[in-house]
Amino acid sequence: MNDQATENRSNNRRTTLLLSGVVVLMFGFGFAMVPLYNLFCQVTGTQSLSQRSTIGQIRPSTDGVDENRWVTVKFDATVNPNLPWDFSAVTHTMRVHPGKTYEVNFLAQNRSHSTVTGQAIPSVAPWQATPYFSKLECFCFNKQTLTGTQKTEMPLRFMVSTDLPEEINSMTLSYSFMRLKEGEKQPADADLPPLIAANPDN
Amino acid sequence: MSTTTLTHDEAHHHEAPKGWRRWLFSTNHKDIGTLYLLFALVMLFLGGASAMLIRMELFQPGIQFLDPDLYNNLVTNHALIMIFGAVMPAAAGLANWMIPMMIGAPDMALPRLNNLSFWILPAAATMLILSFIIPFFPGGGTQINTGWTIYPPLSIQVGMSMDFLIFAIHLLGISSVLASINIIVTLLNMRAPGMTLMTMPMFCWTWLVTAFLLILVVPVLAGGVTMLLFDRHFGTSFFDAAGGGDPVLFQHLFWFFGHPEVYILLLPSIGVLSHVIPAFSRKPLFGYKSMVGAMLAVATIGMVVWAHHQYTIGMSLGAVTYFMIGTILISIPVGLMVFNFIATMWRGSMTFETPMLFAVGIVLMFTFGGLSGVMLAVVPADMQYHDSMFVVAHFHYVLMPGAVFGLFAGVFYWLPKWTGHMYNEKLGKIFFWTNVIGFNITFFPQHFLGLAGMPRRIVDYNMMFTEFNVVSSIGAMIFGLSHLILLYIVIKTIRGGKKAESRAWEGAKGLEWELDSPPAFHTWTVAPQIK
Ligand code: HEM
Ligand SMILES: [Cu+2]
Repeated sequence: MNDQATENRSNNRRTTLLLSGVVVLMFGFGFAMVPLYNLFCQVTGTQSLSQRSTIGQIRPSTDGVDENRWVTVKFDATVNPNLPWDFSAVTHTMRVHPGKTYEVNFLAQNRSHSTVTGQAIPSVAPWQATPYFSKLECFCFNKQTLTGTQKTEMPLRFMVSTDLPEEINSMTLSYSFMRLKEGEKQPADADLPPLIAANPDN
Repeated sequence: MSTTTLTHDEAHHHEAPKGWRRWLFSTNHKDIGTLYLLFALVMLFLGGASAMLIRMELFQPGIQFLDPDLYNNLVTNHALIMIFGAVMPAAAGLANWMIPMMIGAPDMALPRLNNLSFWILPAAATMLILSFIIPFFPGGGTQINTGWTIYPPLSIQVGMSMDFLIFAIHLLGISSVLASINIIVTLLNMRAPGMTLMTMPMFCWTWLVTAFLLILVVPVLAGGVTMLLFDRHFGTSFFDAAGGGDPVLFQHLFWFFGHPEVYILLLPSIGVLSHVIPAFSRKPLFGYKSMVGAMLAVATIGMVVWAHHQYTIGMSLGAVTYFMIGTILISIPVGLMVFNFIATMWRGSMTFETPMLFAVGIVLMFTFGGLSGVMLAVVPADMQYHDSMFVVAHFHYVLMPGAVFGLFAGVFYWLPKWTGHMYNEKLGKIFFWTNVIGFNITFFPQHFLGLAGMPRRIVDYNMMFTEFNVVSSIGAMIFGLSHLILLYIVIKTIRGGKKAESRAWEGAKGLEWELDSPPAFHTWTVAPQIK
């Protein structure tokens, strides 16, 4: 009778320990996802945003300007909260011919009183259009430094490739400006004016 | 034989304890089951109240009386209270009450742990409610306007109530992991001699699978929200692109939990149906083995299709195709379960008492939700439907019938066993009809709203969506108020009523019906012999 109870008890203990092990493993698995996820994306290119290297690479247009085709390009500007800047697109939307070069401006202003360096990260939606959007000259190629309260225009020269697939007739280029400062992340300063919405018309 | 078990020893020195000690220190599976169920009932009304506020605001276009952040806070709170406060605890309550009685065990395998897993819940609920009301106090920070998915970067910017929420999620996670471990150990080690895994009642099987899913995915969610906490306070950048992190990683962690979670909500109710439908069709369950197989298939495939919630984040074509095919594949075993239920009813001598009414309703309405699920699983279609009211309609059609109505069916089916009294059948039927009609009026029009382009989680809407929203809000009033009937029935049945026999339903099969109604404080202290 007592044997039975003891046996039950030790059985239960064994199963409980085993299951607790599974729980601990799965908790670890969550954290292991951090490096694994990046690795997975790099290897397979699953996450199109990690194919950033293809941005800026020109798909050479095979034949001059395609005057018969119109493509709508929209511009979106976002600032990461760690960067005390205002940043917006001067032109929000524009109709372009593939194969022709255009220039648009972005407006950036440092809201803080100290010199800050930032870097803009571009991305294109839909992602399938990414390789067909070539930036000939872009403020995102370099880091940008603004002294206290400095305001500046940032130019972008771009061209949409004539090879752009038929079904794509509009695309959005989006920039996120981030603070560049190795090893230190600083939350938005409390004494700064409140963050404005990055883009007033959407 | 196994009279001297762990539980029996312990139970002796507070045999039939009195007053609050009976509940606070309880290690008795029946008392803890009751606690779980009452807790879930309270949460059902809390979550329901927030839903009514949401529908009142959406009754007309424009902003009536909720500001946008408060509206979104309500949406967040509603989802979390319903999922973690109402459905999961109610299912755990059924498990606590029924599993030991069904498998001929004297109690759960780990009764003290059982006490702990319940009593963490009120603490967690308090944190959850605090996370909702703290922004109303001076210095309380901003409202949780993220929705239950708490995606960064928005969730990193929310004020301190997000910390309360993260802590609440940790507590809720610990509670359900402990409960799951307990249930698995009980099912694996405590079955009466002669009862094998392949002959144990289907409700036990569904809970075995549910519990395994829980211990596999809840820790991942806990990890994800822990990283969120670190990003908020300790300068890490798991999800902050500026520091080399990726906000989309959070989505993957969340949905790695979130998709299996929907089966966690669904399966216990499937278990209930596997008892209710045979009992009122007076036929054994059709295809026991295929049910078990289908359930294992659902659970396994369900672990690897999470990104169908993230089609729009810009995955590669290969990835979305994989997730699409995986998701659509799941509808095969899910469909098989539904067909098994229909085959069980086929040519049975059916009667339609309240539990059976709910069961038949579930088979119809849940299937409908499954169909809209398949629509959402198709990538190009989902690009349009995503984050629209169509998704809201879909998941309420699967969750209400699939989870909540299943629990209602279980409560009505076993209430006579628990209380020893029959509930009032007429009131039960009135509850069923008002509830089900209210539900359909509320959520059916939301399909049209979504298809026409009304986004979810937004306080205001375009004039052209007014009519369907009015209908939906009126339905919500009927639906919400109908639960008062449930409350009345439950209270009335606890306090008295026609005496229930030990086999309260003449078609009911299983060990639990061989015990008195209500059962003694300790049952199966001598394990039954299974023929
Ligand atoms: C045939 C089976 C099913 C399929 C194919 C399916 C498919 C989907 C898809 C593709 C979505 C994402 C929609 C979007 O956000 O754009 C979704 C959302 C959802 N599904 Fe299902 N589903 C199925 C069954 C279920 C079941 C059984 C449940 C729960 C019992 C469920 C609960 C949910 C919930 C809660 C959401 C929304 C989550 C959120 O965004 O807040 N689904 N479903
Ligand atoms: Cu899902």
